[in-house]
Amino acid sequence: MALEKNLEQFDTDAILEVRNLKKSFPLKKTLTGKVTQELVAVDDVSFTLKRGETLGIVGESGCGKTTLGRTILKLHKSNGGQIIFDGKDITNLKSKDMREIRKKMQIIFQDPYSSLPPRSTVGGILSEPVEVHNIVPKSEIKSYVLDLMEKCGLRDYYYERYPHEFSGGQRQRICIARALSVNPELVICDEPVSALDVSIQAQIINLLKKLQQEMNLTYVFISHDLSVVKFISDKIGVMYLGSMVEFGTKEDIFSNPLHPYTQALFSAIPQPDPDVKMNRIILKGDIPSPANPPKGCRFHTRCPKAMDICKEEIPEYKDYGNGHCAACHLLG
Amino acid sequence: MSENINNEALDEALQNEVPHDKTVRLMSPTRMVVRRFFRSKLSVVGLVMVIGLFIFSFLGPVFYTQWGEIELDESGKTEYSVSSTTYEVNGQEYTVRQTTEKYLKDNFLAPPSAEHILGTDNEGYDVFVRLMYGGRISLIVSFIAVFLITILGVILGGIAGYFGGAIDNAIMRLCDVLICLPGIPILLIISTILDASGIDAKYRIYLLMIYLTFISWPGTARLVRGQILSLREQEYMVAAEAMGFSTSRKIFKHLVPNVMPQLIVQMSLSLGSMILYEATLSYLNLGVKAPYAAWGTMINIISTNQDVLQNHLNVWVPAGICIVIAVLGFNFIGDGLRDALDPKARR
Repeated sequence: MALEKNLEQFDTDAILEVRNLKKSFPLKKTLTGKVTQELVAVDDVSFTLKRGETLGIVGESGCGKTTLGRTILKLHKSNGGQIIFDGKDITNLKSKDMREIRKKMQIIFQDPYSSLPPRSTVGGILSEPVEVHNIVPKSEIKSYVLDLMEKCGLRDYYYERYPHEFSGGQRQRICIARALSVNPELVICDEPVSALDVSIQAQIINLLKKLQQEMNLTYVFISHDLSVVKFISDKIGVMYLGSMVEFGTKEDIFSNPLHPYTQALFSAIPQPDPDVKMNRIILKGDIPSPANPPKGCRFHTRCPKAMDICKEEIPEYKDYGNGHCAACHLLG
Repeated sequence: MSENINNEALDEALQNEVPHDKTVRLMSPTRMVVRRFFRSKLSVVGLVMVIGLFIFSFLGPVFYTQWGEIELDESGKTEYSVSSTTYEVNGQEYTVRQTTEKYLKDNFLAPPSAEHILGTDNEGYDVFVRLMYGGRISLIVSFIAVFLITILGVILGGIAGYFGGAIDNAIMRLCDVLICLPGIPILLIISTILDASGIDAKYRIYLLMIYLTFISWPGTARLVRGQILSLREQEYMVAAEAMGFSTSRKIFKHLVPNVMPQLIVQMSLSLGSMILYEATLSYLNLGVKAPYAAWGTMINIISTNQDVLQNHLNVWVPAGICIVIAVLGFNFIGDGLRDALDPKARR
């Protein structure tokens, strides 16, 4: 009953809504298969994303960004919460029904080297999904693929070539073309530029922006490079140790970061101007192990403003106006 | 940073910077492997040996039609035996020498001549033509066995590697059990059963090959499983999953082609061992039975006939040479392919 009511509230503008999503990996199992210890990679993450927007997800290594992306695509099975895509709850869809939805949501991987099958030509890689999902009639596949390649900045004579003949940037273009070959609505970009050097990063990001306008794409852009996220995103979500600590529009987050972690993170953005005095907030210690997260607020072990309550109670994730959400006791 | 990114001019410049030469056709992975394969002399030698044996066995009988596989040379042979008896009469010794001229129907153990290039064996069959027919049996049987082993190994190993968990466990334990079975003793039992059941001599070897397949597939299955276990964690498999490809497409279009290199090496090496196996079986009188020819059966003659072993090398040595050529040839090809397929090797 509650679920139906929830679905009614679904914003028609929204393409993706994630509610209280949870994903954990078993670490230890008893002989009978009961999980005795688990690693919570994504804990209680909620957000809504409108069509045509870009959500940037930032956070340290190991904070669950990639797992979140893959769980949304159902490449990992979630352990709780809901994923609502295009007004449809896909959380518990069977893999057979899921196959139909897959063409609407795609992923671009971080490593352009291992994400292309080594024994197919570029043409083969790009036409296979088109063929499987019947995007265009069989006779038009080749011209469709060549068209797509041109859009992604690949030359037509690459069609017969193999992935090992390309550089990282070109391979990432092939990955982008493959993801877009099925006309998706949502693309999860899982650190698509972090394996590339800076000049190529710029090309790829410009390409992604151009394609977003042309094809009305929605991006979930996962990155640890804040300047890239700032450039491409409309909304930003900050993750720490598996949970979303702050979420809001780019302007709100950058001009008025609420959470102490966000403040510390943004203070670390390098300034190109050497005369600008940087006001860095240095966090002490390392990120705690997600297998054994601290009690209370997960950030309290490193938070410069930690109070007694932080050690006991998990702060509530609340909206502080205009969709700017954060989870911190300081905000009361 | 954002100014940099916005710099479309830079973007364009970088795109146009690298001069692309359309005439440079880079090679596909397969063609690169072929080139590396032919660069190694040993593998070319192996290929020549194997192709030579194929032509000899399959085209040979088409042109050499003087004798058939089970065609006895009935031109007859006169065998002389000399015996002498000594008598003693009145203190005087008399020796009577008697020469018996025996006329035999079959011309057996004839020395090499124009009529019989390698002579005839102890029954009167032409050795040269039986070498060809024996080669047919050996090659066909080993190809069938390797083909069956590969199919069974790929399917079961693929399933075990892809699905993992309980299915993997079940298939791998079955493999362990099969690997534990001693081959030759069980072959002896099966051969005895086949003898008793009176199956035509010509088809026995195929039944034994099916049995050999049954006990040999675990090796291939383990290889395929191991490869697939590592390949399925590759990101392009996650991409295939994200594309919504069906499970069979993922296994047979994305995983198996990537196992092919190792599989081809394994296949060419096991072709050699299958030929040896077949020869062993025939030698032990478990495989092809008289009057049909196989290389092993031809060597088997020496086990009952000392005279042939010592005085008629032309009967059994050529079969041994053929076995050595076949096994060496397949092993050279296998080694050559292994080197050619090694991605770390220089181009």
